[in-house]
Amino acid sequence: MKRQKQIIGKLLLALTLPAVAPLFGGEMEDDPTLFAIFADQFEWRVAEDDDLLVWDAQGWIGKDLNKFWWKTDGEMEGGNVDDAELQFLFSHSIAAYWEVQAGWRTDVEPNPHRDWAVIGIQGLAPYFFEVDAALFIGSSGRMAARLEAQYEILFTQQLILTPELEINAYSEDDPALRIGSGLADTELGLRLRYEIRREFAPYIGINWEKKFGSTANYARDDGLSTSDFQLVVGLRAWF
Amino acid sequence: MSQIKPGAGGRVMGISRRQFVQGLAMGGAIAGFGVNSVRLNASPQGIGNPNILTGNHFRLSIGYMPVNFTGKERIATAVNASVPAPVLRWKEGEEVSLAVTNNLAHDTSIHWHGIILPSEMDGVPYISDNFQGIPPGDTFNYRFKLNQSGTYWFHSHSGFQEQTGLYGAIIVDPADADPVSYDREYVVVLSDWTDEKPERLYAKLKKRSDYYNFAGRTGGDLYDDIKQKGVMRTWADRKMWNMMRMSDRDISDVTGYTYTFLMNGQTPAEGWKGLFKCGEKVRLRIINAAAMTFFDVRIPGLDMKVVTTDGQNMEPVTVEEIRIGVAETFDVIVEPHHDTAYTIFAQAIDRTGYARGTLTPDLALSAPVPDLDGQPILGHSDIGMDMSAMGHDMSSMGNDMSSMDHDMSTMKAMDHSKMSMGRKTGSLPMGSGAAGFGSKLSQPHVPTEFGPHIDMRADDAQYRLDDPGVGLRNNGRKVLLYSQICNLYPTPDPREPGREINLHLTGNMNRYMWSMNGIRFADAEPLILKYGERVRINLINDTMMNHPIHLHGMWSDMETGEPERIPRKHVIVVQPGAKISYLVSADAMGGWAYHCHLLYHMLGMFRKVEVVS
Repeated sequence: MKRQKQIIGKLLLALTLPAVAPLFGGEMEDDPTLFAIFADQFEWRVAEDDDLLVWDAQGWIGKDLNKFWWKTDGEMEGGNVDDAELQFLFSHSIAAYWEVQAGWRTDVEPNPHRDWAVIGIQGLAPYFFEVDAALFIGSSGRMAARLEAQYEILFTQQLILTPELEINAYSEDDPALRIGSGLADTELGLRLRYEIRREFAPYIGINWEKKFGSTANYARDDGLSTSDFQLVVGLRAWF
Repeated sequence: MSQIKPGAGGRVMGISRRQFVQGLAMGGAIAGFGVNSVRLNASPQGIGNPNILTGNHFRLSIGYMPVNFTGKERIATAVNASVPAPVLRWKEGEEVSLAVTNNLAHDTSIHWHGIILPSEMDGVPYISDNFQGIPPGDTFNYRFKLNQSGTYWFHSHSGFQEQTGLYGAIIVDPADADPVSYDREYVVVLSDWTDEKPERLYAKLKKRSDYYNFAGRTGGDLYDDIKQKGVMRTWADRKMWNMMRMSDRDISDVTGYTYTFLMNGQTPAEGWKGLFKCGEKVRLRIINAAAMTFFDVRIPGLDMKVVTTDGQNMEPVTVEEIRIGVAETFDVIVEPHHDTAYTIFAQAIDRTGYARGTLTPDLALSAPVPDLDGQPILGHSDIGMDMSAMGHDMSSMGNDMSSMDHDMSTMKAMDHSKMSMGRKTGSLPMGSGAAGFGSKLSQPHVPTEFGPHIDMRADDAQYRLDDPGVGLRNNGRKVLLYSQICNLYPTPDPREPGREINLHLTGNMNRYMWSMNGIRFADAEPLILKYGERVRINLINDTMMNHPIHLHGMWSDMETGEPERIPRKHVIVVQPGAKISYLVSADAMGGWAYHCHLLYHMLGMFRKVEVVS
């Protein structure tokens, strides 16, 4: 146990040292290698059916203009992971507020697994909209597109309301995964967080999901509802 | 004989030997509680006055020292176990030698800020000739002759040691009679302390540049605006900032959220105290030794007669308030005529805190501390907007109409017949402006100023020497303006500049990247000056921050429209979205540092200057 801790400690040190070491000495480094982890959502969703545990996090390691970036999101229901997605991206800054990202996405769950090539753009749009838009190209030529946007409204410097929007669309039907072509689903969220510190904010909110088109038809065929309204409570953290 | 007193604020607070050693073990070095070689001159009476070392030979020992400014113990970087370092008092015309010993676990250095000396004595690792810093355990012998007098300071030029306490005052007494008469004097060293490790702080700014800014616009602000101005005008006012994705309340990168502001190493709670006798002329040597903080200094109830800036005598100007940029110095004379206490109030430019001291005839007395002023709001001029293009928008300027006045009358002190400081240079004859009057040329953006590393370019940067700056405009107090600074002596080098160098101060605040002309130091070629030449440097601030720009080794002769009496400075503040010009006589051979003195900007916003024959 102790040894484990030591190893973990050393690993952490090894990870952070290259980032920090040059800053101590006479040599000044303006662009050190840094790493960050942002857990934007880690929340409990109270739904009409079963409650869900949902996560949405990303992080990076790199320098000012070039970073290795990872993203993950997914959900658990009754102890089982229903949905888990991982992205490994290279991120390159192309404008003051924008990065182009390219890499690989793998859907660990559900079955059958899908793998995708990713090309996307992430950044801050005028009027302070945070935007993440990506195109996914599957191995069989199947394509998917996703747009995420969010905005922050400050009630106080610590109490912040975040409306969020996510839209998913697909180029063709994927009956195995119950996904239809065209606009498949949207998610609208409204989360109110309190930043105890910048890095640590519990929140409450609401989330509304709706399926469209043939994806909605699949849901109806399966006897599932095409829209779901959820109360959420969660934690946002980063470092 | 070599008596050591802990530094003013860096009180050694009942720390057990064990804790102390633990603290050191973190740094992995032996404690550097050096020994003062000389300790003459008892400190002037008062509380929290730093030790003063005088003479010609000094031994300075740089080491770790536990301090407690916030209730939490931290390890500071100290000189002779003092934070701030002891005051060094020298004499013009004499030679001084300083043996600086490094007891840290990392390289260190001392730069004698504002002192004109040979490059190899300037103390900037890998920039100064033949100087690679002082390795742990080593002693470096500085030796140079003093050819100037006045108030200066010294600080580390290695890592972030300046943030952790390695700074102190220098007084050089004049060889001849001092043109300033006074009965008593104090140094007033302003600084900013954080319990955080500077490396962590820098990393936070890189991840989230507004980490320390708690002045974001709220829904309530929006509601107030709409109530006051209506929806349409509010929308129009907000539009530019929303399009730019910038905040008009982004004044300081690092704020009172993490900083405790110190005066002579004393927190605002403790307060530094200096004694005076009624009717005395008291000389305050004010030094901004902060890493990141501009201060607005005033003494309610007392006028301040400003007599020097950056160590150089100027025509006295009487004001109520001075904005002191990072690394600037101002000497002021105050004459209290009542037997009462006065507060020296130095509020941070972003109003998130203040440093405080008291001038008092009796240590038992204290004076009320004023409230902080309100949140400063940047105006359109602070982003260098083309004023002519926004005629219709003038009515909506609300808060900042005053800034407009200043812009329009920029450099009004100048003789407009001799110079043509036109708003648009297109209509003016080409060629350099006369010495003292600034440039007549335009300073177009350079191709390297475009890309992901840049988030703003001032399209109509103006000289704003008459602008007291954001947060001070129309505040009802008489604030010192750059345009009022006039050298007490004739311009030492009256030559016309042979050429002009344009440097755009650039950055991406969001990504926290800083550069000059869009090129960071690591990628930049040295700036070459020819020995003996007189050159004009035009600085154009293409950001929303104030940048205090410091040229080592040579004076910056600031062009304010006074060709006969051009003021000399070692740090020149370029206001947001503004430009400024100054003349430099390249009279010092070798390599020199040239940079923004904000500690977390200077890594990128930095150039090596090489003076070659």
